[in-house]
Amino acid sequence: MEQVVVETTDLTKSYNGFIAVDKLNLRIREGEIYGFLGPNGAGKTTTILMLLGLTEPTSGAARVCGYNPTREPLQVKRIVGYLPENVGFYEDLTARQNLRYTAELNNQYKKTPSDNGEEVEKRINNLLTTVGLSKVVDQKVAEFSHGMKQRLGIADVLVKEPKLVFLDEPTSGIDPKGIGEILDLVVKMAKRKVTVIFCSHQLAQVQKICTHVGIFAKGRLVAEGSIDRLGEETAAGGRYRIEVQVAQPSTNLIKLIKQTKGVKDVMGSTADSLLITCNSDLRPQIAKTIVDSGSSLIGMKIEEASLERIYKKYSREG
Amino acid sequence: MYAVFRKELTDHFNSIRFTILFIVTILAGIFAIYIAIQNIRSVVTPTTEFIFLKIFTTSGETLPSFLFFISLFIPIIGIALGFDAINNERASGNLSRLLAQPIYRDSVINGKFLAGLSVLAIMVISVIGIVAGLGLYIIGVPPTSEEVLRLIVFAVTSIIYGAFWMALSIVFSVFFNRAATSMLASMALWIFFFFFMPMIAGAIADAHIPIDQNSSTALIASHYDMEGIIARISPRTLYEESIAVLLIPELGSLNPALMAISLTSVGRMLTPLPFIQSLLLIWPQTVSIIALAAICFAISYLGFMRQEIRSI
Repeated sequence: MEQVVVETTDLTKSYNGFIAVDKLNLRIREGEIYGFLGPNGAGKTTTILMLLGLTEPTSGAARVCGYNPTREPLQVKRIVGYLPENVGFYEDLTARQNLRYTAELNNQYKKTPSDNGEEVEKRINNLLTTVGLSKVVDQKVAEFSHGMKQRLGIADVLVKEPKLVFLDEPTSGIDPKGIGEILDLVVKMAKRKVTVIFCSHQLAQVQKICTHVGIFAKGRLVAEGSIDRLGEETAAGGRYRIEVQVAQPSTNLIKLIKQTKGVKDVMGSTADSLLITCNSDLRPQIAKTIVDSGSSLIGMKIEEASLERIYKKYSREG
Repeated sequence: MYAVFRKELTDHFNSIRFTILFIVTILAGIFAIYIAIQNIRSVVTPTTEFIFLKIFTTSGETLPSFLFFISLFIPIIGIALGFDAINNERASGNLSRLLAQPIYRDSVINGKFLAGLSVLAIMVISVIGIVAGLGLYIIGVPPTSEEVLRLIVFAVTSIIYGAFWMALSIVFSVFFNRAATSMLASMALWIFFFFFMPMIAGAIADAHIPIDQNSSTALIASHYDMEGIIARISPRTLYEESIAVLLIPELGSLNPALMAISLTSVGRMLTPLPFIQSLLLIWPQTVSIIALAAICFAISYLGFMRQEIRSI
């Protein structure tokens, strides 16, 4: 039985007349990696802040793991981790000391008073190893690169053993290798039943790891669901797009391709190429049709519904 | 809150800022006692009571006394402890991370204020302790119990005065995003109170009750009364009056004219005020400083609690 971790009903926030979040209805289930997408200023961060109880909604309600973040912010913050955009640490403290402070603020040491906090120390060590900082645990954060700080941020979020994690642009300003490692960490988190809300502009990353996405535009959720379902919706019935290059396509050829089973639409995009949308990979059938009609086939390219297309479509609508 | 307090306190002790301030304060204390020892023979007569307190109040012909040093340094220490309390957390990206932890928002500012207050107390008490200890060693006159009491109240008053400056600079650190701006704002206020307020008070009093050499004592007294009242807008005046009354028990009045008369009348027997009477005399000043500190802290507290997190 999947549990609903985040639920909002008509959640609204306005700042001096400007509506940042407009009647948001969200349902996020346990273990999902939910991607928040949308242009800057679309209300993603504001939504996160409201779900954390860091800012009060103007109207509407939210429930996070059964708690009301406005009324019971401490309960929510005990089980929710938040990695803010541009996260910072105390530069004069080492990585380990920074995590110790977070653990202390979360009363982690008092949970197991008998072992002198050894369990927490062990957890901190493990986390630093997991995020690949085991060699610099006792170095001051001031010497860290941006990517190292970002990784420390992920360790910091996990110190309190959260059930739900908000990651706001966790991969911004990190090299490609680092991004891959961070994405792997996020997937690992989700495997351990931690629900992740992943906020990003990097569509490829979101597509790679997220199970669900919500696209924000001007404070509203314009599209929501699993990536597959959104893809079908966007492409107007066709999940694949095949681009065919033919020497001098005739109108007759277009008619013939349209008659092929499974083809949804054919458009002539430039003088010698056709854009075909269909539900499955129909390349063999289409190639046969073209060759049979006497035209010569020059090239063929297939493209699966990408999040980019979905995103572009919905953010234009918003 | 205890976790925040402990971390801030550790930070203070490990900071270069604290080390520098501490060294400078201690040096000032040693310098002051050197001046006092040089000149103490000229102010002590066989009938002098409270010889021990003289260590703190004796100045040279051109060199200032310990009282002057401490009233100069305490605001600087207070400002240095508070000016980047909140905006530094914000600039470094720590604040939103900190506030996402399960602590009340006011724990952050309370913890920081208390840690600053502790550091301030440690500095004030140790510098007074060092001066007293060196003084005891050099002049060999032990303090009487009343002198000890007066020194304790002096330390407490100084800590409260420092707390006011710290609270003031925390207010600026809440409302200004840049540490340099809040530091400058605090320093500007300090300079205003320290240098300009006495001048302004003097100018206004001169304009309203002009006096010259032939003026009657009553007129002179009312002139200084007015100047004193205006100058008391400044917390500096409040503090200096308090510590003067505490450490110079012979001061029977806060009117500068009467003070001057009583202190300069040569050969006149000066009757020191009993401890309780001195306390009564400075009670309004002390309460005012406490109130000012409380108001400043309240403003920064409310400002911080109401600040929209977006801007953090």
